[in-house]
Amino acid sequence: MITLDHAYIVGGGFFAALAILSGLDRANARRLRNALFWGLLAMSFWAGDIISDLGNGLLALGLVALAALGLGQGKPATTSAEERRSSAERRGNLLFLPALIIPAVALGGTLIVQYTEWGPQLIAAGDKTLISLVIGVLIAVGVLMLWLKPPLLAPLQEGRRLMDSVGWAALLPQMLASLGAVFLAAGVGQQVGLIFSQYIPLDTRTLAVAAYCIGMALFTIIMGNAFAAFPVMTAAVGLPYVVLELGGDPARVCAIGMLAGFCGTLMTPMAANFNVVPANLLELPDRKLALNGVIRAQIPTAIPLLIANILLMRFLAFP
Amino acid sequence: MLVLLGIGVVVLGFVLRANPLLVVMAAALTTGLAAAWTPNADLMIMYLAGRDTLANFGAAFNDNRYISLTWILLAAIGLLERAGLQERARITIANVKAATVGRLLWVYFVIRQVAAAVGLTSLGGHPQMVRPLVAPMAEGAAEARYGAVPDRERFLIRSHSAAADNIGLFFGEDIFIAIASILLIKGFLETNGIIVEPLQLSIWAIPTAIAALIIHSVRLWLLDRRLKRALTAKTAAPDAAPEAAQ
Repeated sequence: MITLDHAYIVGGGFFAALAILSGLDRANARRLRNALFWGLLAMSFWAGDIISDLGNGLLALGLVALAALGLGQGKPATTSAEERRSSAERRGNLLFLPALIIPAVALGGTLIVQYTEWGPQLIAAGDKTLISLVIGVLIAVGVLMLWLKPPLLAPLQEGRRLMDSVGWAALLPQMLASLGAVFLAAGVGQQVGLIFSQYIPLDTRTLAVAAYCIGMALFTIIMGNAFAAFPVMTAAVGLPYVVLELGGDPARVCAIGMLAGFCGTLMTPMAANFNVVPANLLELPDRKLALNGVIRAQIPTAIPLLIANILLMRFLAFP
Repeated sequence: MLVLLGIGVVVLGFVLRANPLLVVMAAALTTGLAAAWTPNADLMIMYLAGRDTLANFGAAFNDNRYISLTWILLAAIGLLERAGLQERARITIANVKAATVGRLLWVYFVIRQVAAAVGLTSLGGHPQMVRPLVAPMAEGAAEARYGAVPDRERFLIRSHSAAADNIGLFFGEDIFIAIASILLIKGFLETNGIIVEPLQLSIWAIPTAIAALIIHSVRLWLLDRRLKRALTAKTAAPDAAPEAAQ
């Protein structure tokens, strides 16, 4: 059976290759830092279960130190704009097809595990989508190597080119999830709840709903993730006030409350994989600013939608 | 109360524009130390608290490796880019005469939202769709209509390409019953003694999904008007430049 451990071996191999190729890239003045950064990540994938919790903590600390010093941008050899244009004209719309292999395999694998009897024996059911995604990537790379016949190292070099443009932001989501665990252990959630209930009047439906929705959005902006904000704000305001005291329907309150949090996700650079990674990938000139182009494009949708969520909860959640 | 210092560190990091990874680590250590601090805590206690916090962080970091695993798909995307995928997307969209930036992004946004609503969240994303396909297509639509696009508008179009992906995903996925956020809500309510079915939750994601659809459709319509105003004014000088570019 294919498990997540196998997928981690593939992932570790990819990052280890990035480390070696980065180290050999003389065009990158900071090649040593890049090599160490991707090398540490490869070690995490390969040996994370062996090196103890403190070892993993020190590894994360090393990654943070390297990111704070600043990574460089590798310059792997790739095709020129002219070569790409002529390849695009020669190969036509057939080029779109391999791009669909990855989502198709990810979806297909997920469905097979879910709906067939032999599927769960092939792929570990708990991580079916992730494992299928990795398989999809391997198939897509295989097909492209056979069809396009690029140099043997091309998938790794092209991967490095894109990975270097994402940079340290690639690890922010994983680091934020870890911060969430530390917050949970220290009881940060209960403290936030205490402050809310002490200083904000929550005695009418409208006020309580507004405090819950805006609190969800604000805490999501800080944590970069509505999943981290949800247990905190719902335990502090949603459940005790909106539901228990004022008579809101729990399913409706929670469903809309989570979506109010998503409005916050649209407005924060801490949601790196949604707001910073695309700014890096699209090479926006303001990608290093807190309010980059992507976030500025989203705010005028996020704020009216947050207001809409407050109104929807106020008028739908009290049957 | 002291444990809230960690949140303060995050906010301060924002203001000082420090590297976010550094901010996260500093916030974690601050929180762990603050939780252990008492007026008579000595250095040894604080050292142990710091070590425990780092171990706690490391354990969670190891458990969450799957989040960073998805980056390996850049190997496949890079190969396709090398073969001219972005250029192909531009050429294809330039042949569709009715395409404008707003309409193109609207179609992608609606497909993304509907697909996410039936559980196909992996049918999109920034590395796999936005950078190689959506953004080049949107730029191509603007070039086909108005000729060369200045940097300011080019980056605006790219930003909106990413925004369409995010907004479509966020306000579609909760309609699907087996998505992580729905399961998180169900689990949270269960630990508080309230049993709800995933379907009850996903149905109440629909009103917000409709509101998002309406609001963002208006935004994309406004984007087309803004681009038209900005780009026809600039290309008006050389006669009939838009037609020539087609």
